[in-house]
Amino acid sequence: MRRAARNPLLWVVLTLLSVVFVGPIAAMLLTSLKPTAEAQSADPGLLPGEITFRAYEVLFTSADNPVLRWFLNSMLAATAHALLVVLTASLAGYALARMDFPGKNLMFGVIISTMFVPGFIFLMPNFLTLDRLGWLDTLAAIVVPGAAGAFGVFFMRQFFLSLPKEFEESARIDGAGPFTTFFRIMLPNATPALVTLLVLSFLANWNDFIWPLYVLFNDARLTLPIGLSKLQGAYTIDYPVIMAGAVIASLPVLLLYVFVQRYVIDGVATSGVKG
Amino acid sequence: MATPRTPVRGGRTGSPLTPYLFLAPYLALFVAFVAFPAVYGLWISLHDWDYMMSSQRFLGLQNYTDLMDPASVVFRDFWNGMGNTLLFTVISVPFLLVLPLLLALLLQQKFPGRTFFRAMFFAPYVLGVAVIGLMWRYLLDGNFGLVNAYLGTDISWTTSQPWAWVSLVGVTVWWTLGFNAVIFLAGLGDIPAEHYEAAALDGAGWWASFVHVTLPGLRPVMIFVVVITVLASANMFGQSYLITQGGPSQSTQTAIMVITELGLSRYQMGAAAAQSYLLALFLAVVSIANFWLMRDKDAAEQARVQRAERRRRRGNDGPPPEPSDPQVPATPASLGTVR
Repeated sequence: MRRAARNPLLWVVLTLLSVVFVGPIAAMLLTSLKPTAEAQSADPGLLPGEITFRAYEVLFTSADNPVLRWFLNSMLAATAHALLVVLTASLAGYALARMDFPGKNLMFGVIISTMFVPGFIFLMPNFLTLDRLGWLDTLAAIVVPGAAGAFGVFFMRQFFLSLPKEFEESARIDGAGPFTTFFRIMLPNATPALVTLLVLSFLANWNDFIWPLYVLFNDARLTLPIGLSKLQGAYTIDYPVIMAGAVIASLPVLLLYVFVQRYVIDGVATSGVKG
Repeated sequence: MATPRTPVRGGRTGSPLTPYLFLAPYLALFVAFVAFPAVYGLWISLHDWDYMMSSQRFLGLQNYTDLMDPASVVFRDFWNGMGNTLLFTVISVPFLLVLPLLLALLLQQKFPGRTFFRAMFFAPYVLGVAVIGLMWRYLLDGNFGLVNAYLGTDISWTTSQPWAWVSLVGVTVWWTLGFNAVIFLAGLGDIPAEHYEAAALDGAGWWASFVHVTLPGLRPVMIFVVVITVLASANMFGQSYLITQGGPSQSTQTAIMVITELGLSRYQMGAAAAQSYLLALFLAVVSIANFWLMRDKDAAEQARVQRAERRRRRGNDGPPPEPSDPQVPATPASLGTVR
């Protein structure tokens, strides 16, 4: 196997693939730094002939498109959503992994089976529920309903199943009640799983498109992805501005990814393997 | 699966209510936004439900029969969307299975920097559909897109067929290939090395050990990837919405686009809910067919023979025990559904 490293073909393939995967992202960044005329010439090169931050100035000064507001909305919603998922899913996952009570297996089966129910059937009824709660066009509309997904519970339950029983036994001997045991002993020992779930939930919420597209209306309430899709309508003839918007929406998740890519990839990898 | 009963129930370990207290916050969310709407949606689909109106007229099954009636107003759009979704799924899924598997086999080799390359190939998936949609809308632009510039072509990638489909499939493959590759890679890592060693002792070459060790070893992971990839492709929305706007002339308008347009833009919620349940039914049938077609036929046959044997020996014909379910792994719902 070690031979592979000395095979020049391997490195050729890896280099080509890297260009294919990272090239378009680089092109987005570089285009956002070009003057409009250059980006929209008949023969656009990859590298800007002239670097300008005009597109970013346009974005941050336009009264019609409060990009900074969208950014804050997205940040607030994704953070609140991720915390809500981690808290509710770890409590529920712990009960399903380590406690014994009537109806447990049935409850777990019902929750898990909804992971294979396609999300679009919830669009109309949840829209009406939000309407009744007065949550349409508010932050709650994009923070709360998504946290009902079963993945977090499944994920945390799998993790708690893998922790040794001695944790709870020694806590009980010390006289700790179930909530103290959970918050003082179990949660700190679940940090890797909590971080993974936190990051996956944050990314999913930050990138969510179809739901916020239909439950947010007011320009000041939008999240970045929805704001961007409106930009596309407003700046059809100014690509650097649209690319600058896309860069602003990508930077936080790409930065987060650079620092915690192991958690993200391990989280995805285990989702497919541990049944 | 169940933990052994703790010897002291109640008392210091908490009351019998404790587990329900732990579960309550999540269950409240689950009931409000998953269990209740699953039923409420059916109820809506039986009505002429306009969210702007104060009262909703009961229609019975008419929203469903309309979908079978070529003369109804919803018929053409719905089946056009269903057909487009089917086409997209049929074209994209093979690429999303074969290419990620090849990539996983490549990344399984031992070479310096493989974690780095794995992270790089996964990177597009971290970006949302809004970002990749707008990005590729520009790159694929017919007049000044970089794709035409680099290929030396003059193709209207987003406004003419078949190029619009080529673009949408290409972008989706580029975007989500890394996700499937990471799952395959984990599956490859779980195949015991002894299986490869045994195959090598039998004189199996690379191809033979791929066919007889790798593919069978990947079966559970493969079933999982097929099912979630089909579901994700059938849920396609953002790429069409942003890159082709459903065009040219509605040829890339997917089923989800038809449903959201009808239900959440024109507020014909009853009709749209009926469409979403019909689409869900199709997907359920397809998923079950996938599980069934890809089940371990040898193992199933063996189990059947064993059951028949037991029945014969017991001499009764009570219901045979169900064969244990294939491992059904789970996916991040938010990662695997509407893209």
